Amino acid sequence: MTPDTLPDAEAALAALADRMQGAVAHDAALVGIYSGGAWIAERLAARLPGAHPLGFIDVSYYRDDYALSGLKPNTRRTSLPFDVSGATIVLVDDVLYTGRSVRAAVNELFDFGRPERIELAVLVDRGGRELPIEPTYVGARLAVARNLSIVLSRDPGGTLSLGVEPLTGVG
Amino acid sequence: MAARNPQLNRNGELTHLLTLEGLPAEIVTHILDTAAPFVSIAEREVKKVPLLRGKAMFNLFFENSTRTRTTFEIAAKRLSADVINLNIGASSTSKGETLLDTVDNLCAMNADLFVVRHSQSGAPHLIASHLDATGRAHVHVVNAGDGRHQHPTQGLLDLYTIRHYRKDFRALTVAIVGDVLHSRVARSLIHGLTTMRAAEVRVIAPRTLLPTRVEELGVRVCSDMREGLAGCDVVVMLRLQSERMKGALLPSAGEYFKHYGLTAEKLALAKPDAIVMHPGPMNRGVEIDSAVADGARSVILPQVTFGIAVRMAVLSIISAN
Repeated sequence: MTPDTLPDAEAALAALADRMQGAVAHDAALVGIYSGGAWIAERLAARLPGAHPLGFIDVSYYRDDYALSGLKPNTRRTSLPFDVSGATIVLVDDVLYTGRSVRAAVNELFDFGRPERIELAVLVDRGGRELPIEPTYVGARLAVARNLSIVLSRDPGGTLSLGVEPLTGVG
Repeated sequence: MAARNPQLNRNGELTHLLTLEGLPAEIVTHILDTAAPFVSIAEREVKKVPLLRGKAMFNLFFENSTRTRTTFEIAAKRLSADVINLNIGASSTSKGETLLDTVDNLCAMNADLFVVRHSQSGAPHLIASHLDATGRAHVHVVNAGDGRHQHPTQGLLDLYTIRHYRKDFRALTVAIVGDVLHSRVARSLIHGLTTMRAAEVRVIAPRTLLPTRVEELGVRVCSDMREGLAGCDVVVMLRLQSERMKGALLPSAGEYFKHYGLTAEKLALAKPDAIVMHPGPMNRGVEIDSAVADGARSVILPQVTFGIAVRMAVLSIISAN
């Protein structure tokens, strides 16, 4: 996998929004997982019809690799400015791989209340799951070597792009 | 070979917190940055995150404390650790067990963290060295106040509070007022402020309540409160520790208040937006007037709240190293 064979992030975002439109509850909250998922959630909130409360989640305190690698620097504050109890929530992430971040995010959501339903929207599903977690909405699917990490970046104008890097941690 | 800083591991990471003296600025900043998002945990429905789930923290207080012991307990519980409070007065120590035997016994009960307060300076350091020398580097020690030496988490929560209200340390003049001689809080804060390159640190106290050669810590000494408070950004009041006083260091509490008690009139000499701090417990009418303690510029209660987040940060950082 080289950078030119990666899908275009903006095209994947458009595809993801198309799949969600009509399928997502009109009042579902969009909760982005920092940092890439937060960018996607912001873009989806602006693009999807209906009024979608927007939240952000930093799963650092719920990760299963804290004992191995400690706290990552620059932990962000989780912000869920709506009542989680009874809400329909779409968790939004950039790249779905092992499923461990999503597991952590689901656990964290339950510490804020009891959601009615949680769905999962991802820009890219690269396979390789280590947990029984499946996305509800996917922008693009691709296969990548295990030793590579797919990284989403955002330029100052807000345009998203995908790149590959050697894998440093488990996503 | 230079002796290794006993609170850092071989990779230079914080593994015990014993003192702010010599603690690198990057580590102090890392602790303060880590504490910031922990403040909001208290606003959740479930005021807990699972970082230290399954860890056992022993509060080992050989000296009385309510606030510090309680805030360590809350910090550990918000990180999902199990907390065991030892009532030392009624324990084996009073039956003649040594400090290190107590520690060995608690390690045999699978302790992961010790939070230690002791009237003897260096007691937490002794425990940390003992653990490291006996191959138990996975057990961590936090100094919760040792003698007149250090109270590093108080120093860190003071730094956090100052940064919260005033951002850049390098632009600040901080006055520390009162019983510096007996105050491990003052010593930790002075080291912390020096490390973070505060523009000026002043200590204001009668000579009898200042350690000899206090200037060598990098502070300016003022015996007159009006001179010392002029133009300050931060005023830190210390408790008059009369229980530690040996001999007649002061004429009377009333006399002390007249000269070194913080009143609205004296506070007016500091900058108009200066904040007032106090580590607690306060002696109203001795070192601080109620009108100031409860006034708009007092951040004494936010200090307590921030103290929990700062202790959460320390516990979660050392536990992973």
